[in-house]
Amino acid sequence: MTSDFLISPSFILIFGALLLPVVRGWARSALVLALPLITLAAIWQVGDGVQMTAQFLDYELELVDGSNLSRLFATIFAIMAFAGGLFALNQKRVIELSAAFAYAGSAIGVALAGDIITVFMYWELMAIGSTMVVWSGRTPEAGRAAMRYALVHLFGGVVLLVGVIAYIQDTGSIDFTLMGANSFATWMILIGFLINTGAPPLSAWLPDAYPEASWSGTVFLSAFTTKTAVYVLLVGFAGEQILIWIGVYMIFYGIVYALLENDMRRILSYSIINQVGFMVVGAGIGTEMAINGATSHAFTHIIYKALLLMSAGSVMYMTGGKRKCTDLGGLFQSMPLTTIAGIIGALAISSFPWTSGFVSKSMTNQAAYDTEMMVVWLCLMAASAGVFLHAGIKFPWFVFFQKDSGLRPKDPPWNMKAAMVLFSVLCIWLGVQPGPLYALLPFPTDYEPYTSAHVYEMLQLLLYAGLAFFVLLPLMKRKLTITLDFDWLYRKLAVDSAASIAVTISKLLGGCVWVRDNLVNAVIDLASHHHNPKGILARTTPAGVMMFWVVVVLFAYLAMYLFV
Amino acid sequence: MSEEKKIKGPKAPLLDINGEPMHWLVRPLSIKLLWLGGIALLAFVTWLGTTVHPHATFGIEATLGFYSWYGFATCVGMVIFAKLLGLGLSKKDTYYDK
Repeated sequence: MTSDFLISPSFILIFGALLLPVVRGWARSALVLALPLITLAAIWQVGDGVQMTAQFLDYELELVDGSNLSRLFATIFAIMAFAGGLFALNQKRVIELSAAFAYAGSAIGVALAGDIITVFMYWELMAIGSTMVVWSGRTPEAGRAAMRYALVHLFGGVVLLVGVIAYIQDTGSIDFTLMGANSFATWMILIGFLINTGAPPLSAWLPDAYPEASWSGTVFLSAFTTKTAVYVLLVGFAGEQILIWIGVYMIFYGIVYALLENDMRRILSYSIINQVGFMVVGAGIGTEMAINGATSHAFTHIIYKALLLMSAGSVMYMTGGKRKCTDLGGLFQSMPLTTIAGIIGALAISSFPWTSGFVSKSMTNQAAYDTEMMVVWLCLMAASAGVFLHAGIKFPWFVFFQKDSGLRPKDPPWNMKAAMVLFSVLCIWLGVQPGPLYALLPFPTDYEPYTSAHVYEMLQLLLYAGLAFFVLLPLMKRKLTITLDFDWLYRKLAVDSAASIAVTISKLLGGCVWVRDNLVNAVIDLASHHHNPKGILARTTPAGVMMFWVVVVLFAYLAMYLFV
Repeated sequence: MSEEKKIKGPKAPLLDINGEPMHWLVRPLSIKLLWLGGIALLAFVTWLGTTVHPHATFGIEATLGFYSWYGFATCVGMVIFAKLLGLGLSKKDTYYDK
């Protein structure tokens, strides 16, 4: 191993995660807060180019390879680990924290990886860590969801591995760089990456699994898997046209399914797919503006989506696990800070001016406009309005306002409030002062989000979307329903088919009593007849008889030899 | 006189579901004022949109009040589409528990 570093930044969180179960009390809390900060400091020591290598078989792995893009993703992953850890300080299941930190460290590993083998190894570590986080929900539903989640991600991992092996076979190189979907190998890699973005047809893994984690687990889950997938798409497949249409599908899929959903955390999970769709479109457009847009959007999205899920997690924590909109409402009266945090997150996800979403997502819209993709731009504009509809208003409205549920829980403990305040401040600060974020983007930019025209346009779009919400409120009355998705194929059709096949086989066998009672018995009788103690094939015979017959055969052979 | 005072006296406070005085934000008058304020705000931002020179790469975005009607119309379309999809795909939330 050669290195300019003592240790890769990702290792700090991964190995630190192993320490968490062996320390207790304030020492564990201190470790939870210190590990991400040390990691963050280490990330900012990473210069451009390959910084750390290791030998694996005949390959030299590039464990740390710095660039603006990789540092920005690694930075937000470390910040997320810190805020998530702060929020989860009173989480009693230490295995969840350990898994979440290993998961975060692996995501940082992907962001800093310079070769495709290292990407794959960290990719699979992420799958293990995130499955453990889902499983840590410790309910029967969480256990089943974790199993389905693991199966989808292991399938994705196999597809990716096939692609990686074929790619190395084809090119002889393990460099992880712009490859484009132009061969079997690169298509397999692209599909493997897309599965983690929540792209169709396997989008359902995300709203199936994430809401089943604990009140703190979902906060971690929202950040890493989908955003590392965006990162690898930006590195490996920027400008791949098909991504534009996959992204557009994801955008509207997220909106439509969230509009039909009753569970507040499933609403926010569908919303993740919707937001990642914008980033996938940005990767597909592939211009400098689009890549800057997707990158900055990933950065801000991690913050405001975590904030929204912290607000939802606080509601769960203080109401004893309630998460259905039909059970909630009126909570603003007793949870003012949680409500304000939820509203700030909702405004940021809606790209409201003076919030972080406005200065980031606008760049992707601008990229579509600049490249004169009219249909794509119209879709993005419609989707921007739709985001306000399904997440910007629907989530806070049904959880904190609407009909009064009579519930009066207090705001959560100090650490959860501190995490929400931290991310609320970041949402507004990045919205008001985008300069520091823009300075870190992969390409230099002089993009100016705060022109009068842009602010007025966005205000019109969003406020009229708000009008549509309240005018159509009777149509959005919540019911105790779910909406079927492609996961119906493996959750219902496959299970029912397997049960049906088992019953059919059972009936078939049951209907063949004759086979069992007659034919099988006849075979047994026949065998028994010849193999019973007195049967011809089983009875014992004196050695002399055998010798007699051997002599007979030899004489017969001699006679034939002499006379025939 | 005393009876008249009783009739004209302050109204009983509106109560919420728990029998407590209703929060000022959810009283009927507040909701009416919020609607009025919201409509005024909508009119204001639509007017603001006419005060700036619009971009016109595609043409449609330069039409009068484009962002207003487009935001409203597309949201109505998405809600209706979702309802139609829900007719076929919505199931009880215990569907997979059976």
